[in-house]
Formats: sequence, C-alpha cells, structure tokens
Amino acid sequence: MPRKETEQKQVRPLSMVKAGETVNLAGIEAGRGLNSRLASMGLVAGVEITVVKSGRPGPFVVSVKNTKMVLGRGMAQKIMVV
Amino acid sequence: MDKVTVALAGNPNSGKTSIFNMLTGARQHVGNYPGVTVEKKEGLCKYDGYEITVVDLPGTYSLTAYSIEEIVARNFIIDERPDVVVDIIDASNIERNLYLATQLIEMNVPLVLAFNMSDIARQRGFVFDIEQLSKLLEARIVPTVGNKGKGKKELLEAIIKTADEGSIGRTHRITYGDEIENELAAIEAIIREKEGDLAKKYGARWLAVKLLEQDKDMTSKVGSGEVLQTVSASVEHLRTIFGDEPEIVIADRRYGFISGACQETIESTVESRHSMSDRIDAIVTNRALGLPIFLILMYLAFFLTFKLGEWPMIWLEQFFGWAGNMIAGFWPAGSDNWLKSLLVDGVISGVGGVVVFLPNILLLFLAIALLEDSGYMARAAFIMDRVMHKIGLHGKSFIPMLIGFGCSVPAIMGTRILENRRNRFTTIMVIPLMSCGARLTIYMLIIPAFFADKVILQAGIFTIKTQALMLWLIYLIGIVLAVICAKVLRLTLFRGETIPYVMELPLYRMPTLKSVLIHMWQRGWMFLKKAGTIILAISIVLWAAMSYPKPSQQSLAGLEPEQAQQTELAYSVVGRIGRAIEPVLKPLGFDWKIGTALIGATAAKEVFVAQLGMVYAVGSGNQGSETLREKLQANYTPLAGFCIMLFCLISTPCVVTIVMTKQETNSWGWALFQFFALTALAYAITLIVYQVGSLIAG
Repeated sequence: MPRKETEQKQVRPLSMVKAGETVNLAGIEAGRGLNSRLASMGLVAGVEITVVKSGRPGPFVVSVKNTKMVLGRGMAQKIMVV
Repeated sequence: MDKVTVALAGNPNSGKTSIFNMLTGARQHVGNYPGVTVEKKEGLCKYDGYEITVVDLPGTYSLTAYSIEEIVARNFIIDERPDVVVDIIDASNIERNLYLATQLIEMNVPLVLAFNMSDIARQRGFVFDIEQLSKLLEARIVPTVGNKGKGKKELLEAIIKTADEGSIGRTHRITYGDEIENELAAIEAIIREKEGDLAKKYGARWLAVKLLEQDKDMTSKVGSGEVLQTVSASVEHLRTIFGDEPEIVIADRRYGFISGACQETIESTVESRHSMSDRIDAIVTNRALGLPIFLILMYLAFFLTFKLGEWPMIWLEQFFGWAGNMIAGFWPAGSDNWLKSLLVDGVISGVGGVVVFLPNILLLFLAIALLEDSGYMARAAFIMDRVMHKIGLHGKSFIPMLIGFGCSVPAIMGTRILENRRNRFTTIMVIPLMSCGARLTIYMLIIPAFFADKVILQAGIFTIKTQALMLWLIYLIGIVLAVICAKVLRLTLFRGETIPYVMELPLYRMPTLKSVLIHMWQRGWMFLKKAGTIILAISIVLWAAMSYPKPSQQSLAGLEPEQAQQTELAYSVVGRIGRAIEPVLKPLGFDWKIGTALIGATAAKEVFVAQLGMVYAVGSGNQGSETLREKLQANYTPLAGFCIMLFCLISTPCVVTIVMTKQETNSWGWALFQFFALTALAYAITLIVYQVGSLIAG
C-alpha cells in the first residue's frame, strides 16, 4: 500500500529553525507586554517569518513582512512556529 | 497669524526625524517631557500665513502602555490636543506601519498620513491607489521623501486643510468581530453611565477598547467598580471563546483591517527580496568579518572624536589664553586685584574649561549621527551584544564606554543611543571607570617617579617594560572594575529584564549632510546651554576656594614665587580642608599635600599635577615635573604612588562628569550617588591595597 504523503507540520520554537527556512507564526509563549510589543512589530499569528541568520550562538535575524529584525536567543525560544 | 500645533507620530526608522527636519529646518528645540528622560523635540514652521508648531513624538510601534515612550506619546495627543497628528509611514513597509495608524484612527484625532520613503516604495514596485486608501482610512495621504525634502508643500497643505476641518466624526470604524463588539457595546454603555468624565475626555469607545486590552494606564484611571467588573467579565468571556488574551485578538483584527484595506488599494509589481541592504549585511554581520569591521569603525570614531578634536581644542586654549591676557592687561602688571583674579582665573578659566569640551562633543555626535543615520548602529549593537550581554548590558553600550577612554563627558552624553533606561543608567554610572585622558597626566607623573623603566620580559621583538606594564595594569583594573560594577548594578539597583531583545534592522541609507549637521548642532547647543552654566558656576566656586582666604602680604615677603604660591595654597579653603582630612587619608598612604591636590582635582584631573606642584613649591613645565618626581620619590613609597593612581582611577574624574550625569539622568540624585559611590569605592579599594601592601612589604 503506497505510503500517504502526510506533511507533518510540527509546532516548534523559532530557535530550532534553520537559516533560509520560511515558517508561519503559531503563537508566542510570553507575557502580555512582550506579546503586545511583538504584535505591534508585525509578529501576529499566521504571519510568514523567514530566518535570515540562525543564532547559533547569538541573536537571530529574521525577515517579517518586508522588515528585518534581530531577535535575542531567549526571544526566539518563545516564538512558536509551524 | 493663525497658530497650528502638529504632532508627528510614527514607527522608529520610518524617517520621522527627516520629516521633522524638513519642516522645521534649524528652528528646533530639544528638551525633556516633564518628569521623564524621554526627549521632547519641538520646532517651528511658517507657511501661508500660519505659524505651525511641530512636536516630534517619540518613535513607537503602537500606543499601548508598555513603554514610557508610548505613554508619553499617547498622553501628549490626549492632553495637549494638537490640531493635527501626522503619522509618518514607511511606504515600503505599509502593513506594519499602519498598525500605529489604526490606533490613531481609534483615538479620533485629525489625521494626516505621510507615505514617506515613497521613492524606495516605488523602487520596490509598490503602486498605491492613494485616493481609495485615503477614503478607507478617512485621512489625507501625502507621499513624501523626507531626506530629500520632497512633498513638503503638499504635506503642509494637507496639514492646514485638516487643521481647518477640525475633528470630524468618522463613518468607518475598525470593527473587531461580533464577539468583541458585543462586549465593547456593554462596556461602552456602563462607561457612559458611571464614568461620564472619562468618556468625555477619552471617548467611550476608545476607552472601552483600552480597558478590554487591559491597558494598565487607562485601567488605573477608572474608579467605578462596576465598570471594572464588567470589563473583567468580558475579558474572561473572550478568553474562553478565543483561547487567547483579548488584546492579542484585537491586535490580530487590526492587522485584518489593514490587510483588507491594503489588498484593495496596493499593487506590488516587483518581488524584490535581495536588496542592497542584504548584501551589505552579508559582509558586515558575517561571523568572521563582522567583529574586525566593527573594531575598525570604532577606532575611526574614536580617532575622529579625539585626534581631529585636538586642533580646535588647541585653538580654543590659545583663544582663552589670549582673552585672559587681554583682560589682565587692564590692570598693571603683577597686580593682585580680586576682580582681575576672578575674571581671569575664575570666569575665563571656567568658561574655557567648558567650551574646551565642545569640539569633542560635536565630533562624537558627528560620528554617532553617521553611524545611526546610515543604519549601521543597529548592526553594531547586534555584533557586540554577545559580549555585552554577559555583563548585563546592551550591545550599544560598547560605544559610549569606548569613548570614555578619551573623556567621560562626551561618553556620558553618548549614552543617549541607549533606549533602555536601566542600561543607560548603568552605563553612565560605570563610564568614569574607563580611565580617561585627563588621568593620563597623573599616571605620566607618578609612574616614572616610582617605577624605573626596566625590562621585565623579552621575547623576540616584544619587550615588556615596567612602565608600560604599570600603565596597562591601571587601565585593566579600570575595565575589570567597570565590568564588576555593571554586573552588580544590574543585579541590584537597575535590575530586571530590559526590554526584550527585539530590534528592527533598518535598510542602509546614505546619511544626508543636513540631518547629520542638525544632529551635531543640537547636541552641542544642549551641552553649552545646560551643562555650561552649571560648570561655570562650580568653577568659580572652586577658584574661590583655592584662592581665598589669602595670607597677609608680610608673610609672603621675601619668598620665591613658587614658595609664595605654596603658602597661599596652604592658607586657602582647599588647603585647610586638605589638612583637615589628612587623618582620613593617612590609612591610604596619603598626606595633606596629596589631599589638597585631590580636592583641587575635582575641578579637572589635570589640575592634580599643577596643584601638587604648587604644594611642593615646584615650578611648572618639564623641569618642574622632574623636580616634582624627585620630591614624590623622596616623600612616598612606590606603594603609596600606586595607591594615588588607584584612587584617581576610581574616583570621579571631574566636576563636569557629575554635571553631565545630572543632565543625562535628569536628576541631581543620581549624579551625587555616582560621585559618592565612586569616591567610597575608591577609598575602600585604596585602603585595602595600601594596608595589605604595607603588611606584605613591611
């Protein structure tokens, strides 16, 4: 029986995404203040995020809606993507 | 003449400053919003018979209550009620930038949108149906290119027309979906009933939305328990339905509104992904190249500030020397008139002491303006962050700290580039530990006096001599102490999460001469006006303390000029205080002579050498220095000599530093804290070193 092609989209933290990959924002595991700030900078559920530079080690550089941003390592671990 | 007030709002990096400069030219004024360290920029513009006051609000991504900048911006709009609010939008990045606009729309302010950087937007292939978008957002839209001055007339026209119209009722509203709208209706109703005053001031709907977002600032203004209960219930209800905070859902719906409006009105014809900025970044933030490039640029900045600043400083010194002589010329030669002394040694010397910092400050801010306007500053912070983070500081802190090795005064002013208050204050507090240029004069006096220039290590072409090693050691101690103090401060006084590390990397752009010059001029003027007056006052006080009271003419008769000076100094207030504190200084290995010199040195560290010379009745100049070194060697042990350097390293460099701290922290409290803390630290460490050293040696 042919194997069904199921795309398993795992929800994972942004910190685990490799440079060059494009993912979608699923949610942010953080307090309201941080959530709000990130939202006002364009990081809302569903938005496309492209990882420009993965932060191993050091900050991450991502591209969101035409804007490049730097995210600290702690930040990248709180942002859940899919 | 009709007067109009305009507030400029917008995201950071949207080119708001260039629009502000475009409108107001050099007629700007920088101050602080009352009670906070947020900068307030105001300027004037005359157009078509109108006198327009332009206020540049802090750059913000939204108008929540999470940061002081947002609160300040928001309060200005609500309390001062400007006639028009202009939202500066980066047209090549519309969707994100319109988020702030939606909040302004909800505040029902007369709004004009400036689609700035419209040249870049066009390059990127965006085409806007301005008319349609304008209708949907119910605001006039003006395309502008701020740094080229394009769109100025059209923007002013739009501002005037909007101001004349006043506040119009909006027909389109941003709706948040049925569930939220239901809750909002209920909250609005009870607000109107129980908090009529708030409803009038803020608008019932806006307030309702804020309360539902659990805005701390607005919630604290509500007194009625019923309103708060209704809100609380609504929030719970929505949490259950959506499985998320209402605040997040509301943000989401705002973007939905924006998305909808944009889809109808904006066409994107070219997909540009790899722009020039990306290519530059590939080099500049490259793991291997990034740090060396950064260090080279930092060296250039340092070089620009201090080396280039040397010439103007020499001219200024010569000018003030000439001015002093000219004024002294009004009295017969050798006269001891108090007025002459006040003017020449007090005022001119004091003013000179202030103005001499100006070239360094102007050049430093030239360098900073170039770094910031070009967009490089953000990358620099990113590169240095790993190192700085370990100390608990921001990557950007590196720059003011580096400048501190030249002079603390421009360095403290340079901490303006740090947005976060805790980081900024910590950096300001430890900058004096970066051994500055003035202290070098002290080291240059003491090291050769006590430490013969012996070779300690020789390995091929590398020779390490005692004197160079001692100097290096002092600098190193300063850096180590700074790191420790920064860490301690961040764990105690300035503890807490700094704003989480999220920072936009703006596009690289060519800084314009106009913007850079305006930036420089502003800072220099601020320094002169604010710091200058205080420094002058303190200089005069110190001069008086060093000159008075004077001993009688008889007691000076027959003495050599140097000896006369020595007697006068001992007789003065400073000399007396020096003697009085001698018991306190003895455990450090100091005596009253050192004490006197230290007090005089609070004016400026270079004064230490001159004062010590006077105390030992030694002449000035190189011959004098040699003689002074001999006297030092005769009177103190090398350990004491080292302790003198240590004390000078750790204690405050000069009174100007304290004034600068006051200016940048907006409080004498912090300035005095820095002074006393550093002095106490200096005392403690020197004490330990001297006592322990004596035990070991003795």
